[in-house]
Amino acid sequence: MADSTHMDVSYIAHLARIHLTDGETKLFQGQLDQVLTYVEQLGELDVSNVEPTAHAMALVNVLRDDMPRASLDHDAAIANAPAARDGQILVPKILE
Amino acid sequence: MANLNTKTISELSDLLEQGKCTSVEIVNDVLAAIDARDGKINAYLTIDRTSALAQAEAADKARAAGKKGALLGIPLAIKDLLNVKGQPCTCSSKILEGYTAPYDATAIAKLREAGAVFLGRVNMDEFAMGSSTESSAFKKTRNPWNTDHVPGGSSGGSAASVAADEAVAALGSDTGGSIRQPAAFCGCVGLKPTYGMISRYGLTAFASSLDQIGPITKTVEDSAILLEAMAGKDEMDSTSIDLSVPDFAKDLTDDHSLKGMKLGLPKEYFVEGMDSEVEKAVRDAVEHCKKLGAEIVQVSLPHSKYAIAVYYIIATAEASANLARFDGIRYGLRKDGADPIELYGKTRAAGFGPEVKRRIILGTYVLSSGYYDAYYLRAQKVRTLIRNDFVEAFKQCDAILAPVTPTPAYKIGEKTNDPLKMYLDDILTTPVNLAGICGLSVPCGFSKAGLPIGLQILGDSFKEVNILKVGHAYEQTTTWHKQRPEFS
Repeated sequence: MADSTHMDVSYIAHLARIHLTDGETKLFQGQLDQVLTYVEQLGELDVSNVEPTAHAMALVNVLRDDMPRASLDHDAAIANAPAARDGQILVPKILE
Repeated sequence: MANLNTKTISELSDLLEQGKCTSVEIVNDVLAAIDARDGKINAYLTIDRTSALAQAEAADKARAAGKKGALLGIPLAIKDLLNVKGQPCTCSSKILEGYTAPYDATAIAKLREAGAVFLGRVNMDEFAMGSSTESSAFKKTRNPWNTDHVPGGSSGGSAASVAADEAVAALGSDTGGSIRQPAAFCGCVGLKPTYGMISRYGLTAFASSLDQIGPITKTVEDSAILLEAMAGKDEMDSTSIDLSVPDFAKDLTDDHSLKGMKLGLPKEYFVEGMDSEVEKAVRDAVEHCKKLGAEIVQVSLPHSKYAIAVYYIIATAEASANLARFDGIRYGLRKDGADPIELYGKTRAAGFGPEVKRRIILGTYVLSSGYYDAYYLRAQKVRTLIRNDFVEAFKQCDAILAPVTPTPAYKIGEKTNDPLKMYLDDILTTPVNLAGICGLSVPCGFSKAGLPIGLQILGDSFKEVNILKVGHAYEQTTTWHKQRPEFS
């Protein structure tokens, strides 16, 4: 298993794009270290000759002809946007 | 006819067919029950009375015009993560507060075609992450059998609404036990179909390789009716399986004999620390099945004890990717920031509750550079071992009998401060999702304190017919499912 059962919660939260308060960071640190210690038990098993399972059913590519067809109406698609103008979703400036 | 809300789908379907009641009357009785006691139970997040009555009227008109069907005019409660066009779909999260579904999930579209009435949205753990419905951002749902106790989760609102006769039947979703466990805690029937049986299109994704939609009902027959209506290949979900859907409900015979069936008893499912009342109720149910003619065989699922560790790695990894879409840009909550990165961080901080944040962080960690092989890849390999255990077991039996949960419903607040403790309670349900097989929860007794206990019946992939047959025979020769909670 991993060499450590201690996670850098602040760094991982940054990767996950979630701002945490100091209180949350401290709370999750203890709770998640406990979970990581628990999952250490998977290290007991010899899995060197075992294939990983990503899906319970074997998945195959599903292809269809690339034909135009009706989809969600434009207005309906952006009706839930928190900010929109002229039929487009508004976002903060990305480039100066 | 009074109290139509207390009846089953099959009973109501007969009454409707015979012209002894209307869909509008059924909906009115369900609404009356909600008005009378949902203030105490808190199963529903939103109820669309006007639309429900309009749908019921339309169903009555369609019937008068010659349309038929077991679900025509039957009102259903829908877990708040399944998209029903024009209704909210919040996943019990602040990040989706105010969201209106622009389309029907495929399962919903099929039920709509069959004439079902979508009456309201029921509470759940936020994004289906939890086992008690306490992680909902909006309200605490209570167990109708004892309102100091949790209804289970994550489909706690679904189970509570059915148990309290505030719904004729409900839909839930099951990623690690989220249909079977609340059904057991509330004394209902809950079915997790085989992975791929029902299209997941329009089901808000938690862990895509584990999620399945399924019914929570008052009887096994009702679960069979709903399964049949929702099952089948859908081009919008490439993991849905192309197979002819059996006539599940008609296949349930009235002889209630289990002669010729082999039922497996896995020793690993009678775990240390299991409540003695749960163990006794399940062992009594096994004896009962033997009396109905089944042959009981011992089976072994040796990797069961690793299921929780595997589940909480795989499910959180998939969740961390699936929930990346809630970024404040296209829908839902937005907290403005100087740039998009700050906007994402602030939006997700304000929109997600603690359990969802914990799981996204854990999932991000197990997928992160340097830890992927040690956690995620290893978990996927152990998943193979868990799946192989079932493959071997089903060579020896037609179905497996087990408890659903190690204990009956616990008290509200009892486990909220200890996430790992809450996770460990999923030990008997998560292996089923990891293996992709089907599982049914059927009422099999009560604790001395009056809380329901569930019997879990597991079947091989696409062998729903077997578990429905066992469940139906057991249920129809016992009376547990007929008991109802009392309301003061």
